[in-house]
Amino acid sequence: MATSAIAHPLPPVNGYIHTLSIFRKETKYEFLKLMRTKSFSLSTIGFPVMFYVLFGIANRNAYAGNVHIAKYMLGGYACFGLIGATLFGIGVGLASERAAGWLELKRASPMPVSAYLFAKCASAVAFGVIIVSILIAVGTSFGGVSLSGVELVKMLGMTIVGSISFASMGLLLALLVPANAAPAIINLIYLPMSFLSGLWMPLRLMPHWLHSIAPALPTYHLSQLMLSIFGYGDSMSLATHWNALLGFTLLMLGLSWLIFHRKEQNA
Amino acid sequence: MSALAFIPETQPSPARRQGTLHSQEPIATLAHITKRYGATVALDDLSLSLHPGEVVALLGPNGAGKSTTVKLLLGLIAPTSGTTRVFGSDPRSALTRTRVGAMLQVARVTETLRVRDHLDLFRSYYPHPLPVAEILRIAQLQGIENRLFSQLSGGQRQRLLFALAICGNPDLIFLDEPTVGLDIEARRALWQQIRSFAAQGKTVLLTTHYLEEADALAHRIIVINKGRVISQGTPAEIKRNSGGRMIRCQTSLSREFLCTLPGVVNVEYNQGVVVVTASEAEPVVREMLLRDETLSNLEVASPALEDAFLALTKN
Repeated sequence: MATSAIAHPLPPVNGYIHTLSIFRKETKYEFLKLMRTKSFSLSTIGFPVMFYVLFGIANRNAYAGNVHIAKYMLGGYACFGLIGATLFGIGVGLASERAAGWLELKRASPMPVSAYLFAKCASAVAFGVIIVSILIAVGTSFGGVSLSGVELVKMLGMTIVGSISFASMGLLLALLVPANAAPAIINLIYLPMSFLSGLWMPLRLMPHWLHSIAPALPTYHLSQLMLSIFGYGDSMSLATHWNALLGFTLLMLGLSWLIFHRKEQNA
Repeated sequence: MSALAFIPETQPSPARRQGTLHSQEPIATLAHITKRYGATVALDDLSLSLHPGEVVALLGPNGAGKSTTVKLLLGLIAPTSGTTRVFGSDPRSALTRTRVGAMLQVARVTETLRVRDHLDLFRSYYPHPLPVAEILRIAQLQGIENRLFSQLSGGQRQRLLFALAICGNPDLIFLDEPTVGLDIEARRALWQQIRSFAAQGKTVLLTTHYLEEADALAHRIIVINKGRVISQGTPAEIKRNSGGRMIRCQTSLSREFLCTLPGVVNVEYNQGVVVVTASEAEPVVREMLLRDETLSNLEVASPALEDAFLALTKN
């Protein structure tokens, strides 16, 4: 009996199906974990909805030219919401799991690291879609916003793209920021960045010298892409915005890669 | 692999068993490992091997290189020079990892997942995991599988981490301070599980600060300090080689005389009782009894593993 335990030949891991099951379960439990963490789920869903109800619904009959303010704000708060869910879900989550040694235990296990990262990204996307769906429901029911079927689908598509893009920023922040400071630091980045990109208030209502900062911010480009679905975008070409968002994502991923490897050397 | 059988205590004595275990091919080796972090040398030409069916305790003071050794074997870090082999391959390969389980010191496990969620997820990593009921029985988690991690007591949390280490039915298990925070019963139960794993041919590498635990469980102890192996052997050998035997009695013999006896390493007086430490007890006792007819309250004992350990790591 002493030898039979390890005499069995190394079992062929039933590759594809087995790996798919790992990805599925990793994602399921990541999502469940986030949903059950009331401090996360209530605030990432609650804040954008609350702000939109307070400021957006009040403008249900307000127009600036042919821009319906409530609809404009729907685009802005949708971005605000999905970015918050991603930065906090991934940024704080990954940082604290690293600091606690939990990530190390998972890396010692046969779990593929790609499954872990995929789960985090997919859960962020799921939260983004939930937040934007609730905002759309609120906007169309109480804000007098009219949304065509095409616009709706495009909005959800942009939500998915935005979540994935900002997931890369969440990853970089998790690698850079010490775990217990993470929520505070992420707030210090996320809130001013959202404000300066015109997510809460259109840029043209802000002092002129602030306008020049916006194009440097990825949140600005995402919101312009979102608003252009309604035809409310600015004068820059869509291609510029797409390139900016893509460039930002690649930059975040590249820096994450570098920092991760430097940490590995010194681990 | 069917259910783990409960193996009774009567096993061949560790020394004899050690002989047979050591002759088998090693399943994991570190060969001439040097690991540097910048200017610090964590491991200095360290070599060790693990064989099937043995429980090995890795002992050493803080900073000795125990965690680095375990991390190398788990494939979490790579050596600066030297080779690591686990089941004949690189420990970083996913296939090797499916045969390895680890219990590490984790400050915080995902709090909002239930015990069964954690088990479900970890089991999915392995091709042939143990059945859930079996894992719950081994780790004594029956009845609490629906509790959130945040609702578990300290001892229950430790047992969940143990469950995660064994859920994949691994052939090599790393346990880092496994019984911290457990009460006596839970500790003894865990020891019993470790013994039964070893009896099935699995290998356990244990790091612990409870020397009593190493003494009770290990077939072999490896003592490391400052990145090097300074002693290796069964618990009895370690105790014998570094401290010898202790002779305690009341005698009128003088210190000068006692120091001249063969193999005497140390003589201490403690409230009328003299403690003589010598590499071999019998010649010294024979001589003392010959010279002093009033000698009384004679006791001969092996030093505790703690004393042996302290003596080894003092230099």
